[in-house]
Amino acid sequence: MTTPLVEVQAISRTYRMRSGLFGRPISVRAVDNLSFSIQKGETLGIVGESGSGKSTTGRMVLGLEPPDQGSVHFDGAPIAAPGTAAWRAQRARMQMIFQDPLGALDRRLAAAAQIREPLDIHNIGTKAERDARVHELLRSVDLNDSHGARYPGALSGGQRQRIVLARALATKPDFLVCDEPVSALDVSIQAQVVNLLIDLQARLGLTMLFISHDLRVIRQISSKVAVMYLGRIVEFGDADDLFARPQHPYTQALVSASPAPGRRSSNRIVLTGDPPNPAARPSGCAFHPRCRHATARCAVEVPQLTALDPQRQVACHLVAGASSQAQDAA
Amino acid sequence: MAPLVRISGLKVAFDGTPVLHGIDLDIGKGEAVGLVGESGSGKSVTWLAALGLLPAKAKVAGSVQLDGRELLGAPGAVLDQVRGRRIAMIFQDPASALNPVLTIRRQLCESLALHRALHGEAARIEALRLLDLVGIPDAARRLSAYPHEFSGGQVQRIMIAMALAGQPDLLIADEPTTALDATIQAQILDLLSAVRREFNMAMVLISHDLGVVAENCDRVCVMYAGRIVERAPATRLFDDPWHPYAQGLIRALPPLDGARRRLQAIPGTVPDPRTLPSGCAFAPRCHHAGDDCHAGVPPLAPSEQDRAVACLRPQRLPVELAAE
Amino acid sequence: MLRFFAIRFARALLTIALVVTFAFIVLRLSGDPALMIMGPEAPPEVIEAFRKAWGLDHPIWVQYLDYFKAIGQGELGRSMRDGRPAIQLVIERIPATLALTIPAFLVKVLLGIPAGIYAALHRGSAIDRAVMITAVAGFTVPSFVLALLLVLIFAVQLGWLPSGGQDSWRHAILPIVTLGFGGAAVLARFTRSAMLEILGQPYIRTASAKGVPWRRVITDHALPNAAIPTVTILGFMVGSLIAGAVVVESVFSWPGVGRLLVVAVANRDLAVVQCILLLVAMTMVTSNLIVDFLYGLLDPRLRSKEAAA
Repeated sequence: MTTPLVEVQAISRTYRMRSGLFGRPISVRAVDNLSFSIQKGETLGIVGESGSGKSTTGRMVLGLEPPDQGSVHFDGAPIAAPGTAAWRAQRARMQMIFQDPLGALDRRLAAAAQIREPLDIHNIGTKAERDARVHELLRSVDLNDSHGARYPGALSGGQRQRIVLARALATKPDFLVCDEPVSALDVSIQAQVVNLLIDLQARLGLTMLFISHDLRVIRQISSKVAVMYLGRIVEFGDADDLFARPQHPYTQALVSASPAPGRRSSNRIVLTGDPPNPAARPSGCAFHPRCRHATARCAVEVPQLTALDPQRQVACHLVAGASSQAQDAA
Repeated sequence: MAPLVRISGLKVAFDGTPVLHGIDLDIGKGEAVGLVGESGSGKSVTWLAALGLLPAKAKVAGSVQLDGRELLGAPGAVLDQVRGRRIAMIFQDPASALNPVLTIRRQLCESLALHRALHGEAARIEALRLLDLVGIPDAARRLSAYPHEFSGGQVQRIMIAMALAGQPDLLIADEPTTALDATIQAQILDLLSAVRREFNMAMVLISHDLGVVAENCDRVCVMYAGRIVERAPATRLFDDPWHPYAQGLIRALPPLDGARRRLQAIPGTVPDPRTLPSGCAFAPRCHHAGDDCHAGVPPLAPSEQDRAVACLRPQRLPVELAAE
Repeated sequence: MLRFFAIRFARALLTIALVVTFAFIVLRLSGDPALMIMGPEAPPEVIEAFRKAWGLDHPIWVQYLDYFKAIGQGELGRSMRDGRPAIQLVIERIPATLALTIPAFLVKVLLGIPAGIYAALHRGSAIDRAVMITAVAGFTVPSFVLALLLVLIFAVQLGWLPSGGQDSWRHAILPIVTLGFGGAAVLARFTRSAMLEILGQPYIRTASAKGVPWRRVITDHALPNAAIPTVTILGFMVGSLIAGAVVVESVFSWPGVGRLLVVAVANRDLAVVQCILLLVAMTMVTSNLIVDFLYGLLDPRLRSKEAAA
């Protein structure tokens, strides 16, 4: 078994906030004891709603924030502390793209200049080589030099996101973290950008971490999927299989909530209550207040991620318990 | 039977740029109609214009009739009676949709006083009933709370309660769930359906999300660049879209189950309203376009099975959808 | 709640201390008080005697500490010119200044705020443009230029109003107009921006969509929200009631606190200057504290953060 490109072990991240202007300081645990690994060339999709901790996870994997506990390894070596020279050198190998392309670009610089910037920062190639690379990058995202000459304000949402992508690919990174990159785009443009990401991954051998709340996009682009709820992974498995046969009650509700043309809303699972507040974490299984099947045990004991079969892990007392009973019986 | 609302030839222009080019739409009593389109399609503008909510500098022409009475150009006092009382509208972005310095009670009771002449204790009781109806727990205590003390989903419920306060005949929901999490979206859509059935209220659901519209509406209109390009019963449209744009939208949606397939993206982008092509606005992006498509704008032509399509070469083939 | 005010109070004290320190340093750096007051022709022994009498021969940091000690004891020094307690000199002048600044404040509010609201409601119209152009003129033209212009027109050319002094109520008109107009211009512009921003908010559209008549949308929904930023600038204006009329008082020879300040600075009359500065700092800081408190009243979003404690 080869070393995974990205290995995350038991990371946690807690923020300290004041509740109100002069309340007592409280701890908000955004990410709790998370572990996963991503093989080279693979795409891991992380899906979750607000408060799930998926964006924080993305930042920790990239090294933008250090985890309070646990470790992140990239290509066998630990991620360097932020701000150090070693960390800056690692930047060239891992990049991130975000949801708001206009916010990610400097309005006062032409697009081509922004694509060049990483090359200048990391001192890659001669000046002529850099210009050539910018041209090549523009081509690879289906844009041309005239787009490069424009300012972000003169480009459409989809074009801006392509510029952001081109910039991220400038240093030929091995690893790309995408945090909701298509959520702000129209459906038809979403499809263009998703196709582009899949093509680039195949061509460049990229490894990706794709974070989104949109199940369909995650399924389209990911090989494996992790479903997060309040800072923990509640289900993990192969993308197609997980969405076709979700095991965890939360995943089932998510899949059921995704509207589908042609299906009427008769057998939809509708969860009661609001998404939980990380500052007021329920005891035991964080999902139990909203779960139809919750038992007494769920309110007390935090379920651990257990393997149902080699391809799937679920953190649920009922599902894991049932499967272990089935295994005992077999 | 005469429709509840009849929109004919509705045109809107901002600063000389037309954004709506003649919309014809009927809403029947108790009917749920979906309006689907991407940015720039004019789906929200249609109803903002109908209710007179556009800024004064917008030029509106055409006709919007409610029960036979013309709304466009009606005096302010008449429109104030229609808004909230006959036609209610709720919007997206619950974060700033409610006045932050007024309590929920005041905002709810404002509607109740305006449209049902309820004041004081009678208004308070009705406000509680409405909050219960939309599923706000502990309503009695929450009445004196402010909007920022509620979550996004709860604010949207309160908006629905406020919209129902006037007991309207038609509810326009403009992207009501776009800013909400998926599981909350399901709750709100569920609530809207329940409310609709209970009060036999008509609803217009505006969204960019085909799935949302498909599941919750009887009829769907697809809009592109300020025109309606296809109109069909919901069940038919998604199995068998005729307009190439509608087909493109459906093919661009990644399937949740079944075989993975490469998404067929519609090439190009939505045209800028200032530089619309002559002829069919979608023709530059359409695989099937011919010379006649560039020559003139195809009219929305009614067809059988209660459908209409604005296309000279409608593609009446079944689309491969992922098995549902 | 206590902590909230304790912090703000401590900050206020620090601000006052910094202001007075600054005045202390600058005044001493810019010239020798003894020379200024006794005159450059005075013999050296006289100047030395003066210095000794006023403690000016001590090292600077000793003077500084002495000064703060004195303030703590309520002893704010005496005017070097005529020996009377500085605080008395200042207090004598306050009524004269308030006779200008309070009516001027009313002018600012009653003229500026309605103009700003009207301009916002009729954005792009001829009246909006007229109001805005007048407003820009109002706050870019320096007050002394405006004052002199008014004097030129109304006192010199037309002879309707007197050009200086404090003898009758008619003498107050030009100074009040000068003060009021500049402030009204600022308020108008500010109120207009605040209103425009609020009118663009989604909740205004919600209120309209509910069927609330437009007039009520303005009064019940827009104005209460516009009050919040407006209170900030009004607080600033209230804070400058005491010494905001320095230039105007000088141009019109109006015997108020501002005029006293100008004269005292020219003469390096340290005690008086420091006393006035202290007073101004205190009024500003107090009015800011009141504004902070008002925010809590006007904006429930801030209030419930406090309640969560």
